[in-house]
Amino acid sequence: MSKDIIATIKENVIQGRKTQGDVGIDDSLAGTPGVVELLQQALKSNVSPQVIISEGLTAGMQVVGEKFSTKEYFIPDMLASAEAVGAAMDIMKPVLESANVETKGKFAIATVKGDIHDIGKNIVAILLKGAGYEVHDLGIDVPTEKVVEFVKEEKPGYLGLSALLTTTMTEMGVVIKALEENKLRSSVKVLIGGAAVSEEFAQEIGADAYCVNAFDAVKVLEGY
Amino acid sequence: MPRKGILVDRPFERLTREQAELIHQASMQILTDPGLISFNREAVDILHSHGAAVESIAGDHQSWQVKIPEQLVLKALDTAPKTVKLGARNPDNALIMHGDEPRVYLITGSETNIWLDVDFPTYVNKADPTKEIRVPEFKPRRGTIDDLCQSAHVCEHLEMVDGYIRTVNIQDRDITEENKDVNKFFASLNNNTKHFMSGLTSLKQLDNVVRMAELIAGGKKALEDNPIISFITCLVKSPLQFVDDTTETFIEVCRRGLPIVVSSSPQAGTTAPIKEAGIMAQINAEVLAGITLGQLVKPGTPVLYGSVPVRARMDTLGDSYGSVETSQYNIDCVQMARFYRIPNYSTSGVCDSKIPGQQSSIERLFSDMVVTMSGPQYLHCAFGLLDCNSVFCLLQAVLDDTHFKMIEFFLRQPRVDQPELEAMLKQIRDVVATSQKLYIGHIRPVLRSGEISGVYPFEGSGEADDVFELAHERMKELLARPVEHIDRETTARIFEEIPGILPRLNIYESGS
Amino acid sequence: MPEDIINLIQESVIQGRIYKDDEGMDEGMVGQPGVTELVESALASGLSIQSIITKGLSGGMNIVGQKFEAGEYFIPDMLASAQAVGAAMEILEPYLAGSGVNAKGKIIVATVKDDLHDIGKNIVSILLRGAGYTVKDLGNNIDTQAIVDAVREEKPQFLGLSALLTSTMARMADVIQMLEQNGLRDQVKIIVGGAPVSEEFAKSIGADGYGADGFQALAVVEALTSGTEN
Ligand code: B12
Ligand code: B12
Repeated sequence: MSKDIIATIKENVIQGRKTQGDVGIDDSLAGTPGVVELLQQALKSNVSPQVIISEGLTAGMQVVGEKFSTKEYFIPDMLASAEAVGAAMDIMKPVLESANVETKGKFAIATVKGDIHDIGKNIVAILLKGAGYEVHDLGIDVPTEKVVEFVKEEKPGYLGLSALLTTTMTEMGVVIKALEENKLRSSVKVLIGGAAVSEEFAQEIGADAYCVNAFDAVKVLEGY
Repeated sequence: MPRKGILVDRPFERLTREQAELIHQASMQILTDPGLISFNREAVDILHSHGAAVESIAGDHQSWQVKIPEQLVLKALDTAPKTVKLGARNPDNALIMHGDEPRVYLITGSETNIWLDVDFPTYVNKADPTKEIRVPEFKPRRGTIDDLCQSAHVCEHLEMVDGYIRTVNIQDRDITEENKDVNKFFASLNNNTKHFMSGLTSLKQLDNVVRMAELIAGGKKALEDNPIISFITCLVKSPLQFVDDTTETFIEVCRRGLPIVVSSSPQAGTTAPIKEAGIMAQINAEVLAGITLGQLVKPGTPVLYGSVPVRARMDTLGDSYGSVETSQYNIDCVQMARFYRIPNYSTSGVCDSKIPGQQSSIERLFSDMVVTMSGPQYLHCAFGLLDCNSVFCLLQAVLDDTHFKMIEFFLRQPRVDQPELEAMLKQIRDVVATSQKLYIGHIRPVLRSGEISGVYPFEGSGEADDVFELAHERMKELLARPVEHIDRETTARIFEEIPGILPRLNIYESGS
Repeated sequence: MPEDIINLIQESVIQGRIYKDDEGMDEGMVGQPGVTELVESALASGLSIQSIITKGLSGGMNIVGQKFEAGEYFIPDMLASAQAVGAAMEILEPYLAGSGVNAKGKIIVATVKDDLHDIGKNIVSILLRGAGYTVKDLGNNIDTQAIVDAVREEKPQFLGLSALLTSTMARMADVIQMLEQNGLRDQVKIIVGGAPVSEEFAKSIGADGYGADGFQALAVVEALTSGTEN
């Protein structure tokens, strides 16, 4: 029984079906419960959260990743699966906390001051959530003080900064300086991305990593 | 005498009149439900004072839900000029755009971070070292103000380029957010006598660049009659949001009565529906909202219906300008603008390809052809742009000019009338009566009149593909050809009155 | 005054004008005499055939050749000039015998039996005429026998054969064979051309020369001419 439900969760992650109303990659599962409903069922029948995560969600995402690299899946497919996993993680957060299960960590992400581009940032947020991180999206055009304050209060292990304009990318350096001044720099790994920035620029401002895209971000985080 | 552009006789349209009407109605519905979200306070006040329903939205950034009633939009469409003139340093380069006349002007742009240099290293065949070939090698680097000057210079001499949007983002060490605008305006205007359109990096510089334009045009009044500069702002962020800072810029430009493009660039799949009807209803609502705001700020202010719709790439969710749908959406927008009789700013020629080559040629020629055929007045056709707007290559711009010559030729009106046919009948009878039966003799009168299209100018000799090298020669030739700079006296006044322009741009002082 | 007429002949060759109604390269020439009218009046005023040909016609053609090489003239311009020279030569022909001018020789051209392609052959004819040769064009789809008969009767120095089809190019060999059988092969130099024909093919059928285009045709004929004189 529990085996069945885990396998079904995995299958629904692969299909990218968050809730019962979602269609999925083909319509073979249409109308049946999605990840959210299945998860609630599983928790009710006391399936262990670790098993749900490792054999259901993560195992599903792994298949999705393979399908993406063989070009069977496109990004929208990938994001649908990641969103399903993200929704599941939201539901499980209190359960995990009470069970003292270690999560993958907190990831704060923001588009810097003066910049309103957010498509890329949102993709990164969805994928990291799908990969099991607790993602806090601070939004766009976020003032440096606000970023620093969040790091101070919420102590995320990772901070992601996005900038698409050559005029706003310098703001990333400003954030890093401010973190140093507030003695917070060593508490957090800073990842940067966006069309304007580059590997060299990341080094120049003392960021920990530059990511070309969202997958790169997942890879970099896994390396820590 | 303004530039001639390409007059498209019978523009290609995808939508029936009824479909255009339906899109209009859907857009009107969108503007009241859900309406749009404005992050800019002033826009909200202006719209509210003219009858738009406004509601504040809670959140980190102050924003308002604005519902714009149809009458407001219709009134704006009424006061928006149906004819817009974009002037030029050389008055013969002025562009006159009538919303209901499909005369296409071809414009460069837009601001890319990367500049692509090209070199032709020689490679030796390993099996037979006597065989050598030269292969083009493209090297990317960050753009500089020198590059901008060069590109403006070459575009001055490219025949098919009717107007200039800066092609490369200037990222020199001594360029700051403060001095960027005055430098990009000066570098472009000083090396090009065609119309110059630009976005603003910093609103604080608006008065400085307008002053610069006045000095060049010969005063405030002269600039009004001959607006040598115009602006473009992405005040809209799809879906249906007015951005705070760009909206502020938009309002300020409208106040000054200078021509401005109301541009929206939704990406089908991410920030707009992927279906044609959906993205069309949305982008049309977004642009009309912008036009309405502009007309409320200053009735009669010249605006262009700016449409840069694009479809998302399914493997990155970046823009796919090379996709066929992108051309379809653009053509639909051209038709909608014509439906309202407002001159249109449209996009073609941007490609997904990262370097010049087969892919870039096919992608850009395809969209350049079909979008031109739809008859937009102001076609941002992306001379030299690659990698979805991220890379500019001057060599590609030279190549683009040649295929636009073909498009221009193709779209010429056919000459079939009684006198012409009578002349042809005589020719036919004359030649048939000869023993050789060749019309060769009748070629000559039209051989040099421009009535016969040329062979591809970069055709190589023999088996090798020499196109890039020959185009590169041409590029160097154009760079060596002088351009008419701003005169010494005006330059001196500009440097005196307007702070921040790099001294090395003063050709009379720096000796370069 | 006589010098003037020669100059005008040269100019009208450069302009490619045969008759006074013809347009030229430059505007406003219509109505002024063309090369045929000018040659008539040159003859009437007793100018030497020699100077009309060498200074007027050939002089003009030389300049046309230079303009072509410089990219200023296109093929249609060149052909118009060549046609003007051809028309002039037709008028001058009866006078050539006693004039002391060495006629450049006679050429018969034809497209072979079953082949209707004649554009290339016509161009070759025009250029050869323009260079001062007397060209007799038999036409296209010409019987092998008719070609051999023409050689026998006209005694040309050259025979030019054109074929555009791989199925008709063998006819060229037939012509050569029949000329041999009739003992006429040695009297005439044979040149061949047309898209499927090549240098090797020409050799294999025993032709004397091959021309890939009209200019080569002329060059080959000139080379063979000096060859015969040497
Ligand atoms: C879409 C777009 C817009 C939309 C934004 C919509 C939105 N919701 O974000 C709109 C139309 C609103 C817009 C506005 C403007 N834009 Co804009 N825009 C673009 C465009 C075409 C695509 C960006 C995009 O979404 N790409 C798709 C996503 C998926 O890719 P991405 O953002 O690069 O993100 C990926 C990676 O970079 C990485 N990544 C990104 N962030 C992060 C962060 C972290 C932590 C990590 C790990 C990874 C990571 O992962 C992502 C997913 O794979 C770019 C062109 C380009 N080639 O980038 C121009 C571009 C960035 N814009 C440009 C400009 C100039 C503007 C404006 C100033 C225009 C104006 N004059 O009004 C305004 C800016 C307003 C402001 N204050 O910010 C220029 C910038 C040039 C420069 N100076 O640097 C560009 C390059 C276009 C151009 N060539 O002219 N823009
Ligand atoms: C135009 C044309 C026609 C026209 C001819 C019009 C006319 N008044 O001549 C029409 C439409 C009538 C025609 C018909 C056919 N054609 Co046709 N035609 C051609 C085409 C496209 C161009 C020929 C031409 O005029 N070229 C322009 C001139 C300026 O060049 P040119 O002829 O080569 O001449 C130059 C040189 O070769 C040289 N030269 C030529 N002759 C001579 C002679 C001498 C002495 C010298 C020194 C030099 C010389 O100098 C010339 C000037 O620079 C060719 C394709 C090709 N690439 O050649 C096919 C082509 C020759 N035709 C072809 C065919 C198959 C046919 C038809 C059989 C089609 C059909 N199924 O009905 C018929 C044949 C009819 C017949 N019985 O001959 C094929 C032949 C293939 C093969 N097996 O050999 C070709 C190659 C096309 C193809 N690839 O399929 N054709």
